[in-house]
Amino acid sequence: MNAISKPLSRFDEMAAVQPLVEVNNVTLRYKTQQMMITATKGVTFNINRSDRFILLGPSGCGKSTLLKAVGGYLQPDEGEITINGRKVTQPGADRMMVFQEFDQLLPWKTVLGNVMFPLLNAAKLPSREAEQKARHYIEKVGLSRVADSYPHTLSGGMKQRVAIARGMAMEPDVLLMDEPFAALDALTRRTCQDELLRLWEETKFTVLFVTHSISEAIKIGNRILLLSPHPGRVKAEVCDVDKINVSDGSAAKLEAEIHELLFAGEGH
Amino acid sequence: MQPTIIMRPEMPDTTGKVDLQVRLSGLELFWSHGAVRKTFILLVLAAIWEIYARALGNPLLFPTLTDTLVSLWASILNGVLFDRTLASLKILMLGYGLGVFLASALTIVAINTRLGTDLLETLTATFNPLPAIALLPLALIWFGLGIGSLVFVLVHSVMWAVALNTHSGFRGVSQTIRMVGRNYELRGLRYVFKILVPAAFPTILTGLKIGWAFAWRTLIAAELVFGVSSGQGGLGWYIFENRNVLDIPAVFAGLLMVIVIGLVIENLIFKTIERATIQKWGVQN
Ligand SMILES: Nc1ncnc2c1ncn2[C@@H]1O[C@H](COP(=O)(O)OP(=O)(O)OP(=O)(O)O)[C@@H](O)[C@H]1O
Ligand SMILES: [Mg+2]
Repeated sequence: MNAISKPLSRFDEMAAVQPLVEVNNVTLRYKTQQMMITATKGVTFNINRSDRFILLGPSGCGKSTLLKAVGGYLQPDEGEITINGRKVTQPGADRMMVFQEFDQLLPWKTVLGNVMFPLLNAAKLPSREAEQKARHYIEKVGLSRVADSYPHTLSGGMKQRVAIARGMAMEPDVLLMDEPFAALDALTRRTCQDELLRLWEETKFTVLFVTHSISEAIKIGNRILLLSPHPGRVKAEVCDVDKINVSDGSAAKLEAEIHELLFAGEGH
Repeated sequence: MQPTIIMRPEMPDTTGKVDLQVRLSGLELFWSHGAVRKTFILLVLAAIWEIYARALGNPLLFPTLTDTLVSLWASILNGVLFDRTLASLKILMLGYGLGVFLASALTIVAINTRLGTDLLETLTATFNPLPAIALLPLALIWFGLGIGSLVFVLVHSVMWAVALNTHSGFRGVSQTIRMVGRNYELRGLRYVFKILVPAAFPTILTGLKIGWAFAWRTLIAAELVFGVSSGQGGLGWYIFENRNVLDIPAVFAGLLMVIVIGLVIENLIFKTIERATIQKWGVQN
């Protein structure tokens, strides 16, 4: 018995140590007709299980590009991206995307249909099970009332919550979110952020979250990766962000520090 | 200085009554229906037709509406018009179905390969401007005086419009929706039918409607030119036949039938599809 439990526990230890997502010295380029644009250069970072990992940087520094590469929509020119030790070569349902755009929901499906769609087509669940699961997650984001409505009848915030429910219902290894709340008004954005955190408390899913708002990064994340302007390189990493105390002003201080770092040497 | 909030006295509205809702009178309500107004226009046109034809007094040139309706009714009763219409619709379905099928195949090839795209673009650019009816003489040589020739021109009339629209619909599908589809690991035909087709459906439906309109006009025209062959011609042949025996009210009855079928398919079938799909989804463009 001892002989079995020992290697097992060592294996567990290793699984805990090995990061879920490894981005290793990744350079990403776009080839257009006239030129080659380097979006990110030599970016390295690791995401552990249950991390709320934030990519933060100025507009155009390649955050979306990095996220798409982790999603498998783009291949790195240099370096390698692995998830669970497997190299990422194409998109897959183990990495569910939540986009900024409101049109990410399939307009020809109801809210329920949208959440069920990947469960049926990618996870290949039987329809009854898929429906149960979909309803469970729709309830979690508080949208049971509109489960049978079509997306065009929902507000922007509701659409984003459906997209989050759809991503979470798949219980992916990592949820990839590209500024999911950027197009929302300030009030709705705060509600959605709170809700995301509450959901995280429940299931502790892993999320890679892109934003260009420093305050959003501090609010959502436990680790923040700061990227330099075009082409994006890693400038710094902020750890244990969730240990911050919101009331005593340390959040504001961290925000100022990050701002300083991001825009250092630009004279403001 | 402190900001102050001044309550406005007019807010609790107890004195003056505001008309939030004003009831429309019965007649106004009735008139606000589009169908009612259009029916009215049709009735006026019918009256003008009747009056003009009576004043002209020459049934060979322009029969009265009543004569036309009587003739229509008689043809319906003795089954001739029904047979002719059925014959037309059968060929139409055959040609339309085949045209749509070929267009789908061509478009699927086109979205998957670059050469396919070039092929589709070249073919549609070449053949789309060519009126289908112009191919009829050639079709008659190739396929003889039979259904084959009619189906050939119908396929030609349907295929390019449908392929062109479907293809541009596919290309217009947003990058986000495409990425969503790929995120779900949909590939090949499953990707086409579960993501691209529904996402492009408004444009596809437009193509199907244009294709239908082309097909119906082409068929009637082709039948006017020939139709003798297969023993039982269609509606176009019915019109031609009756002109030859100078039964002008029957000619008008045939024309009326062509219009009615066109209206039924456009307003009943396509409108129903529209209501069940793009209107329900809120994606009408
Ligand atoms: N499809 C593309 N073709 C060519 N260049 C692109 C393409 N998409 C992005 N880029 C370039 O790559 C760089 C990074 O773009 P990216 O969209 O990743 O920025 P971002 O950090 O997400 O910015 P934002 O915060 O504004 O969304 C930019 O300089 C942009 O010009
Ligand atoms: Mg972006």
